[in-house]
Amino acid sequence: MSETAHSQVFQLLQSLPLDSGQELVGAEIAYETYGELAADRSNAVLICHALTGDQYVASDHPVTGKPGWWDRMVGPGKPIDTSRHFVICANVIGSCMGSSGPASIADDGQPYAMRFPVITIRDMVRGTMALLDGLGIERLHAVVGGSMGGMQALSLAANWPTRAERVLVIASTARHSAQNIAFHELGRQAIMADPAWADGDYYGGDTKPDNGLAVARMAAHITYLSEEGLTEKFGRRLQDRDEKSFGFEADFQVESYLRYQGSGFTQRFDANSYLYITRAMDYFDLAEEHGGRLADAFANTSARFCLISFDTDWLYPTAESRHIVHALNAAGAKVSFVELSASAGHDSFLLEHDQLDRVVQGFIE
Amino acid sequence: MRSAAILRPDLAVIAAQIEPGTRLLDIGCGDGALMAELEASKGVDARGMELDPAKVERCVSRGLSVVQGDADRDLTNYPDQAFDYAVMSLTLQTSQRPDILLEEMLRVGRTVYVSFPNFAHWGTRTALMFGGRMPVTRALPVSWYETENIHHVTIADFKALAQKKGARVTRAWFFANERPITPIGANWRAQFAVFELNS
Repeated sequence: MSETAHSQVFQLLQSLPLDSGQELVGAEIAYETYGELAADRSNAVLICHALTGDQYVASDHPVTGKPGWWDRMVGPGKPIDTSRHFVICANVIGSCMGSSGPASIADDGQPYAMRFPVITIRDMVRGTMALLDGLGIERLHAVVGGSMGGMQALSLAANWPTRAERVLVIASTARHSAQNIAFHELGRQAIMADPAWADGDYYGGDTKPDNGLAVARMAAHITYLSEEGLTEKFGRRLQDRDEKSFGFEADFQVESYLRYQGSGFTQRFDANSYLYITRAMDYFDLAEEHGGRLADAFANTSARFCLISFDTDWLYPTAESRHIVHALNAAGAKVSFVELSASAGHDSFLLEHDQLDRVVQGFIE
Repeated sequence: MRSAAILRPDLAVIAAQIEPGTRLLDIGCGDGALMAELEASKGVDARGMELDPAKVERCVSRGLSVVQGDADRDLTNYPDQAFDYAVMSLTLQTSQRPDILLEEMLRVGRTVYVSFPNFAHWGTRTALMFGGRMPVTRALPVSWYETENIHHVTIADFKALAQKKGARVTRAWFFANERPITPIGANWRAQFAVFELNS
């Protein structure tokens, strides 16, 4: 795991109990921090990353060399201001950037591969809470997350209600819909249909299921964009040619773009991690964990909540955020909600958006 | 941020009635002026609902708990008597169904404050009687085709509606030219009214 060189790694001393009934022994959590923890430990902000995100929220990615995935939001003087707050971002368990996942080495000296236990969003948060315990942070100033990061923020608020004062959930949902699960299943099947997947035992071999993983990423990437955004960016424009080829090369710019996204992704992400994390998201249903009524998930909360959705996000549409807002209202929780206008669909939370910046900054304070 | 703002007269009279440390829902809270004032001066746990996303953004940016929503649709999700006060200032007349909205307010709040422009003010009456056209006045400055006020209401109409809904009018305040006036002949003389109701 040479790519973890930049991150600190927290070693869990106790085994991590999992929702499946199994436990993870000797788990590791890789994390980054920014800013200084105040003497009274009151200024910690936990940022939870999305499906294919990582702990490099505001530092260059060790593999791609690109700036952190939320570099525009997190830093000195930025909406999440690291000159005032101590920002923590941890790689989720099941992932592949230094935290324990299917590529990690099991007791027998071999990679876990598909022997890695199936995990849930709550398991990811359980791992992160162990890290916070290790860092001596009892109460977070805020927990912040977009997409799957928002699911973790909600899970933290529901299951550890005293541990965060503010909960900021962007472009997220309290449950995966049939359509969400369907797109993830498409991605998983693409990976598992790749002969190089080899039932997950491809570590150390000459090939890995890059073709399958690239197709999975291409399909998922479409769900992160909007029709409006795709039309704006590509339309029906052709790629490096004046006429259609009457063949199956990437004639259209949008095809070329997707292929590039797919192949680039295989450089930095493990196919088995993609299977495990999409599974965790599909299993996510916060109401189900709390007797079927979402309001009951927040019965004990004293936190302030803020939910933000985007009008062109069809992956986790505004209705999903409203559903959470209604439950929080029913539970008597302090909640703010705003639907922002943006053309880029689900991915809008990662992009330039002045209103988003103002709401985030105002809410985090 | 939280300097004591000068509140609109109807908001000032409502703010003066609110007991410290209570829970309040401001429906159509706009930029959150009433909420901010009550949180700062009386430690009120104030929540807001606002249709306009730009106004919601301003509220959230100043640390207020405001939900973007449509009072005609989204009030049903609040539990019965969830608030000590439900407030709606200059918003009733923009609602699709003011009667249902008033019912909902009486359900979620123990005490309800409603303020609205009085369509029976003498200026409006004379403009309509002699001009023969929908009045454009200081209190109702927007032409009929672009006004948000789709359900004009008079003080007498509102009293009748409150009675029909089984609500008790416990207090009322009337304003002309931004100054309080006596209740005598209010349906002629008042440009704005504030009502306190209890179910």
